[in-house]
Order: sequence, then structure tokens, then C-alpha cells
Amino acid sequence: MDLNLDAPHSMGTTIIGVTYNGGVVLGADSRTSTGMYVANRASDKITQLTDNVYVCRSGSAADSQVVSDYVRYFLHQHTIQLGQPATVKVSANLIRMLAYNNKNMLQTGLIVGGWDKYEGGKIYGIPLGGTVVEQPFAIGGSGSSYLYGFFDQAWKENMTKEEAEQLVVKAVSLAIARDGASGGVVRTVIINEEGVTRNFYPGDQLQLWHEELEPQNSLLDILNAAGPEPMAM
Amino acid sequence: MSSIGTGYDLSVTTFSPDGRVFQIEYAAKAVDNSGTVVGIKCKDGIVMGVEKLIASKMMLPGSNRRIHSVHRHAGMAVAGLAADGRQIVARAKSEARSYESVYGEAVPVKELSERVASYVHLCTLYWWLRPFGCGVILGGYDRDGPQLYMIEPSGISYRYFGAAIGKGKQAAKTEIEKLKLSEMTCKEGVIEVAKIIYKLHDEAKDKAFELEMSWICEESKREHQKVPDNLLEEAKTAAKTALEEMDAD
Repeated sequence: MDLNLDAPHSMGTTIIGVTYNGGVVLGADSRTSTGMYVANRASDKITQLTDNVYVCRSGSAADSQVVSDYVRYFLHQHTIQLGQPATVKVSANLIRMLAYNNKNMLQTGLIVGGWDKYEGGKIYGIPLGGTVVEQPFAIGGSGSSYLYGFFDQAWKENMTKEEAEQLVVKAVSLAIARDGASGGVVRTVIINEEGVTRNFYPGDQLQLWHEELEPQNSLLDILNAAGPEPMAM
Repeated sequence: MSSIGTGYDLSVTTFSPDGRVFQIEYAAKAVDNSGTVVGIKCKDGIVMGVEKLIASKMMLPGSNRRIHSVHRHAGMAVAGLAADGRQIVARAKSEARSYESVYGEAVPVKELSERVASYVHLCTLYWWLRPFGCGVILGGYDRDGPQLYMIEPSGISYRYFGAAIGKGKQAAKTEIEKLKLSEMTCKEGVIEVAKIIYKLHDEAKDKAFELEMSWICEESKREHQKVPDNLLEEAKTAAKTALEEMDAD
């Protein structure tokens, strides 16, 4: 079996961004792979750009980190110049400029999501070539292939915050079940007028899907456990 | 409030003993010699008007425009040396374009005024450049509503409800202060600005003038444009009538 530990770190990934009535919910898995080896099983793919704008990263881990770092820097300067928080649209545009102008060298798909006082909650999808598309919800990464049909059926406008987060967790969990390059835990970030909330859903607490097995106790635990009760006379 | 700066006024990089830069003050005088420019912020937009003094009867009406569009949502009215004004407008257009191409949204008026002011100020820092001999009133409508800024040759830029530069600026400011701007619509504002300009035009000293006006408001779909001809004519008539009533007293 070829592990190829020299392969570049890639985030196979499932990333999701969903708008709801009052804000956005961003979600992602936590698997970073180097070839077949899982380099980081608890990575945080939802990165902060400003107080009110976050980005979900997929594709090459290095490329997406560098792009996020540049844009965070530009947005910081922009916020100081403007005297008020940057808008989600501007954040998405700065990411797009980098992604488009360096398309030959970069391999990263990003989902920008946030809340600003002019437009409310907004999601922008920025796939490989540097297109920018404003969408009510966006999915990305290798795991997203398994979610197109799911979202066609399950998505609806004007969800509540709870409904939206449940949808995101369910979707990431479904993708993890089917996509080998996605796994680990589900992280979500909720952004609205009040602020930002981060949530964490451990992998073993997620619902089991079709043909997924119950977790088995390992033989080590069984052998070391106390023996059966002596028979009562 | 003028004083001779003998010896300290030869270069823009020289301060006088009492802390003034005379070259900048002289540049401001060039602005004071030009036709009046007035700008007001009404409740639904901005109105700007210029008293365009006509140097020669041979000039085509509508030529030598003093009000320019800087972007869809912003315009500038220039007072002072016309050629200097053209440079400033060109720079403002370029800044607005470059902001939009980098940030993907129309440049906020505050940001634009800061950039233009910074450029004007730049030319007061080096001895091989002279200050711009013109002041500019910048009116725009962005996501934070209508805003009016004035940029002086020194590079200062402030936000105003009403501003005036040029010959009749004192008289104009007095008139503007009498208006209740927060309750006025742009349509009413156009008439008022026309009245003000006609009132402060000095028939004895300067002969003919042409009234040039522009606005940005809900009616113009938040875009900077010339005031429509019919409204302009209505404003001119109202202004002339107001003058006659005053003279009749």
C-alpha cells in the first residue's frame, strides 16, 4: 500500500456554507490528508478573515492558508481605512482577485461567509478558476459531490438558526460517510448580527447512516473488563 | 485677514515665523477669485450649482463644464484654475475606478474624498510642485446615504451639509444657513440653489454668467447627472422672479 508521505497536504474535505434568516452557518469536516495518510484528523478548515467574515478552505492546504493570510491582511488595512467593518462582498472579491490572477499556480476552492449591516448574511462560492458566485447556500470539496442531491431536496429558504445548523451537520456527516478524503469531526461557525459562535461535533456522536456499523468495543477493552458475576447460590 | 509674507512666501516648503505656509494661502486666493460654487445636502440627495462666469460672448453655452461626474454615484464641482481642476477630476475618476476593481464595490464617498484630499495635499509637500489652485465640492450617494465633501487647496477635506467656494462664498453660506436642509427634497433644493447663485452674482463686476447644476437623488436613480432641462428652466425662472421681488422692495 503506497502511503506516499511526501505527497502535498491536501484537504479532501467537505465544506458547506448556508444562509438562514438572520445570518449564515459555515460547516466543514476536519481531515487533512497526505496521500493516504491522515496528516491531521482534527484540523480547523473554517478560518477567520475579520470579526464578521469567515472562509471555508478546501483543496491544497498550503494554497488556501496563504490566500486566507493575504486577504486577512488586506481586509485589516481596508477596515482601518474605511473606519467600519468590511463587507462580505469585499472580502469575497479580494479572495477572487488572488484566486483568478494566480489561477495557474493555485489549487483551492473557498466558501466565504459572513454578516454585515448592509446585506445581512451572505455566502459567496469561489471555486478553482476564480469565479465568484453569490449563493443562498454553497458546497465544496471532494465530499460535496455526494451532497448535491441531498441539498436539492433538503434546502429551503428562511430557515431558523437551529434548522440551518442541523442541516449543515447532517450534510457534512453524510459526506464523511461516503467520501474517503473527508472525516474526523464536524465544525460549524454561526455568524449573525450578535456575533460569532463556534460549535464542535465529535465524529463518534454523529448519527449512523445506511450500512454504517455500530462502534465495536475493541478486544483489549473486552479482555481487560471485569469477569462475569459469580453465580448466586 | 491677509498679510504680506515677505521672504517666507517664495516656496511651499517654507513656514513663516507665525506658522503659516503662504503659498497655500495664495493658492486659496486663486479659488476665491473664481465664480461661486455651491453644494447642499438635502434629505434625499445632493444638489450642486456653479456660477459659470462667461469670459466671451463667442463661447458656446454648455461648454467649459465646471461640474464633472467622477463615477456613476459621485460628482465634483470645481472652483479656481480650470486646468488644475481637470487634473483633480481625472485623479478622482482614476481612484474610483481602481477602488472598484480591487474591492468589487462602488467607492464610498468618504474614502474617495480622503484619497483626493491626500493627492491635493501631496502637491503641498515638495518645492518642485505647486499647490492646486482650485477647490472642489464632491457630492456622492453611497450605501450610507448622500454625502457632501469639500476639498481645499491645502488638502483639507471636511464633510458638510452645505458648502460654498469662490467669489460669493460668504453670501452663499449665509443664504444656505437660512435653509432647512433636512426637510428639503432635491427638487426644492435645485430651486433654492439657483436662487442663491442668482442672488450673489454681482452684475456690476462680472457681466454674464451661465448657471450649471447637477444632482444625485432618488429621482436620478442615485446617479450623478445634470439637472433635467425643464427643472433647470423652472429654477432659473424662480430665481429671476425672486431677484425682481427683492429689487422691487
